[in-house]
Amino acid sequence: MTTLFDILGPRMVGPSSSHTAGACRLGYVVQAILGGTPDRASVGLHGSFAMTGEGHGTRVAITGGLLGHRPDDERLRNAEAEAAEKGLEIEFHTVDLGDDAHPNSAVFDVARGEDRIAITGCSIGGGRIRVQEIDGFAVDLSGSHPAIVVVADDVPGTVARITGLIADRGLNVATVRVDRTGRGERALMTIETDEDVPDDVLAELAGQGWVHWIRNVHQLNA
Amino acid sequence: MIRSFAEWFEQAESRGIGLAELVERREVKETGVSREAVRKRIADALAVMRHAVQQGLEETGTSPSGLTGGRSGRLVAEGPRLLGEDFTAMLSRAIATLETNARMGLIMATPTAGAAGVVPAVLLTLAPARGWSDERLVDAMLVAGGTGIIIAERASIAGAGGGCQAETGSAAAMAAAAVTWLEGGDNQQVATAVALTIQGMLGLICDPVAGLVEIPCAYRNASAAVNAVASAEMALAGLDFPIPVDQVVDVMGDVGTKMDVRFRETALGGLAATPAGQEIAARAGMTELVQLQRKGRTRGEGSARFGPS
Repeated sequence: MTTLFDILGPRMVGPSSSHTAGACRLGYVVQAILGGTPDRASVGLHGSFAMTGEGHGTRVAITGGLLGHRPDDERLRNAEAEAAEKGLEIEFHTVDLGDDAHPNSAVFDVARGEDRIAITGCSIGGGRIRVQEIDGFAVDLSGSHPAIVVVADDVPGTVARITGLIADRGLNVATVRVDRTGRGERALMTIETDEDVPDDVLAELAGQGWVHWIRNVHQLNA
Repeated sequence: MIRSFAEWFEQAESRGIGLAELVERREVKETGVSREAVRKRIADALAVMRHAVQQGLEETGTSPSGLTGGRSGRLVAEGPRLLGEDFTAMLSRAIATLETNARMGLIMATPTAGAAGVVPAVLLTLAPARGWSDERLVDAMLVAGGTGIIIAERASIAGAGGGCQAETGSAAAMAAAAVTWLEGGDNQQVATAVALTIQGMLGLICDPVAGLVEIPCAYRNASAAVNAVASAEMALAGLDFPIPVDQVVDVMGDVGTKMDVRFRETALGGLAATPAGQEIAARAGMTELVQLQRKGRTRGEGSARFGPS
């Protein structure tokens, strides 16, 4: 469905909604999943991102996103200098993810302190994105909804307990997606909600013995 | 959601309200956001458009590629004013917006970044000349938005989807609808303005040199603005067009899907694949793109993979 502000917008720094705004948005969501700007980032660019990304500021935009800037932030154009200043070590290379991958795809290997995550995502046009994989788990995150990402024991009742805790606080769940590595091992859940999940709910979930890792991904409108 | 001009007009007429108000009411109903918030967001968009024009006119240096930058300022300084002051100003505003875009400045992608210069060029030039207030401009943007929604639903607004007719063509149609409505045109005249605009841009390919949103984009934004004003002028005079606007939009969609992928933003055809275009791409370090251009890839190969949107 096309909305009014899909047509009158997005508000963004140029030059390309897919190669600049979408690239920035991917970087932004990656740092949100990581829990903040990485210390080190290795980014593989696939297809059109690799081929024409240079002229569209794709690398600069991804760097800016990883620094926590949104697609309409004019500081994006100086992101490389800012990364050097803030100690974000970033490296780009070309990858071939095969013909089935979206032409504007990127693979992130990011680390912050002890945390290290691998994330794959793509820019699907008009500044919109999809995060497709986190640490080998299949996900489907758009960044258009607030979401939480949880890695937990894959035992019966896990999903119900998490969504139950969220529902208890009067928050509406929009989508739930679960992917697991194997029966009885670990599962990754992405739960998109209508409003941001408050930090204390997240802390409560994080305190559960069967939760290994949890992240809050705030809504990204611009 | 409005899916056709016929539906838009019918719903507005049956409620006894104008086209802008119908779009506004639907947006409020579908998103739950207040009327004031919708209007504020549009007013903010107009402010971004004005700023992007100003920035483009004032910055004299070139874009990182060197393909644009400083051209809008030169037009203002050197243009012979063939059709008067406003005409030259309108062209310069279209180009200035694309120059700001190329420098990673802030723009409103209306409806896309590559066509971001058309609506501001037309509306910001005619507003002082025709005495439109900012409130009226917000209404005009609602009419432009409604027009863009229908085109996006029935055809495409993306160069990768339907060529440049879908990008600058849609933007020009939006601007023509807004102007015709603001000047007191009735719903039929708004429809005619859109139909006239699109018929004049049918088949226009998207062939960005070196894959960059600069050349021919900046100049195409300028000519699209001219097309929009010309169509509004003819529609407001009561000139008619015998093919209904929804059918004209459907033709644009049909032409877009049948367009060879080389002409849909891949930078593998048209001006991008000329010897001069290849040379520019090579200078910009896009070796892989140049190799593909030299191979002269044909229909179906490569898919819509290599360009921006």
